[in-house]
Amino acid sequence: MAATPGPTAAHSRLRRRWAWSTTRGRRDAGIFLLFVLPNLALVLVFCWWPIIQNVRLSLLDWTLGNPRARPVGLANYIEFFTEDAPQVLWTTLVFTVVTVGGSMLLGLLLALVLNRRLIGRTFARATVFAPFVLSGVGIGLVWTFIFDPNIGISSQLLRAAGLVVPQWFLDPNLSLLMVCIVFVWKHLGYCAVIYLAGLQSIPGDLLEAAAMDGAGPFRRFFTITLPLLSPTTFFLVLTTILASLQAFDLIRIMTPLGNGTTTLMYDVYLQAFGGYNRGGYSAAIATVLFAILVVVTVVQMRFLQRRVHYA
Amino acid sequence: MSSTRAPRRWLGTILAGYLPLVIATLIVALPLIWMVIGSLKSPGELLTRDVSLLPKDPTLDAYLEATALIDFGRLFLNSSIVTVVGATIKVVLALTTAYALVFVRFPFKSLIFGAILVALMVPAQVSLVPNYTLVAGLGGRDTYWGIILPGLGTAFGTFLLRQQFLSLPRELLEAAEMDGAGHFRRLVQVVVPVTAPTIATVALVTIVNEWNDYLWPLVITSTSSMATLPVGLTLLQNSEGNAGIYPMLMAGAVVVIVPVLVLFAFLQRFIVAGLTQGAIK
Repeated sequence: MAATPGPTAAHSRLRRRWAWSTTRGRRDAGIFLLFVLPNLALVLVFCWWPIIQNVRLSLLDWTLGNPRARPVGLANYIEFFTEDAPQVLWTTLVFTVVTVGGSMLLGLLLALVLNRRLIGRTFARATVFAPFVLSGVGIGLVWTFIFDPNIGISSQLLRAAGLVVPQWFLDPNLSLLMVCIVFVWKHLGYCAVIYLAGLQSIPGDLLEAAAMDGAGPFRRFFTITLPLLSPTTFFLVLTTILASLQAFDLIRIMTPLGNGTTTLMYDVYLQAFGGYNRGGYSAAIATVLFAILVVVTVVQMRFLQRRVHYA
Repeated sequence: MSSTRAPRRWLGTILAGYLPLVIATLIVALPLIWMVIGSLKSPGELLTRDVSLLPKDPTLDAYLEATALIDFGRLFLNSSIVTVVGATIKVVLALTTAYALVFVRFPFKSLIFGAILVALMVPAQVSLVPNYTLVAGLGGRDTYWGIILPGLGTAFGTFLLRQQFLSLPRELLEAAEMDGAGHFRRLVQVVVPVTAPTIATVALVTIVNEWNDYLWPLVITSTSSMATLPVGLTLLQNSEGNAGIYPMLMAGAVVVIVPVLVLFAFLQRFIVAGLTQGAIK
């Protein structure tokens, strides 16, 4: 084109809007598509398309792997909501409330300890975070071994103490409790680290001023620390709910049959791949699960946006 | 006055500081130590009712017997291939996508970013049946590409790198452009070197996720020769009903957990940063 543009010209050229009519615009479009299209295509094919497919499949009486299917309208949804839903939704609710509450409460307590100037707290912080990144399958196996009613270490300790050994794997309620315990064990370090960051952003002079005014540690915690942590708390509630709704590895390893532990997520798996091969029915449950995830995510995004504006 | 207060403060630090710190650390560490101890026991030792805390004579038999039941070398290889190939492609895709979204002019960029971000929200579970039907229909059962392909679209890495790229000074890229560097060179020679820590973060989190991934490999593989480690451990768990299997299962748990634990021990700064992004700003 024209003579080599000076710095100012290059500046304005770089900031110019994209236009299809220019050679540059077309070249940029080419680069853009080359860079973005593979990822975008994968997301469209394996994330967006399945959502639409799920809705279509959920209206069919269809055995997984069978080329033929029979349209049944809303029968799958009606069956789910009249037969399975009370139990499955209850289990999901209990699992979510216990795991979210448990990991957040213990995480907060741990964060308060980690926030003190103690020797070895960096090591402790890393150690408690570690389970969060470890394989759920490996962790599930380790805890199955620990909870084993005959040879598990927990059973032996209880027996030695003269107590009754709970039938963790036979009683549905105890199975649910057991999986909750392990989930909390795996997630509390994550909550602790997030809470710790929240604690460290609270201005120290605020707490000092309150202490000078004679507020004790409990009063300071409930009137200053906890309210100032509320954005962190809200963020953690939502992310932990999402993680809890998606829990699979631990449940599959510790209670393969889902006896007492069939959450929405696990039911999606069980109905399709647990021996029933009910593709249409599983797709209907997946659609219900997706609807719940959308609600949680929308709430989260609304909130995050607001927080960005405030910051 | 201070003579009576000093010991009380000291006691408080112990009771409300060190004691809970030590208890929490032990609660997390003991099960993992128990796993290693369990893997060093002989199967026969566990079948007797009175089990000792430490193995009577530590042995690697469990590792050998587990390998005899299921080909651990093969599982390890499969997991490594899936992790290395999957993570490499994901990081490259995240880099190019984030670069184009920030530095290349194109209409509807925020719409495209939004479409990709949805992938963060749609977990593998929701798309399980449709993706299984699609991939199995294309002949992807019991193949490496069948395990890797559906998870390749990346929202997490794109999101994190885009944030980082947006914070780069524009002058940096303008200088490179005036030197006549095209987009490829600008990405590789300018953007990548200055954002290396974030790229490391994305890479590590991706590697850990690929290694631990369970649900999808579980449904798309049915033979032990194509299984990844977590899937192979499930097969091992199902293979025998008695307690003698535990040392083998613990050996398997060690093989799947320890590589990530080692990675975490050395690079936890990056991993923790990546996994807590979004909360800490």
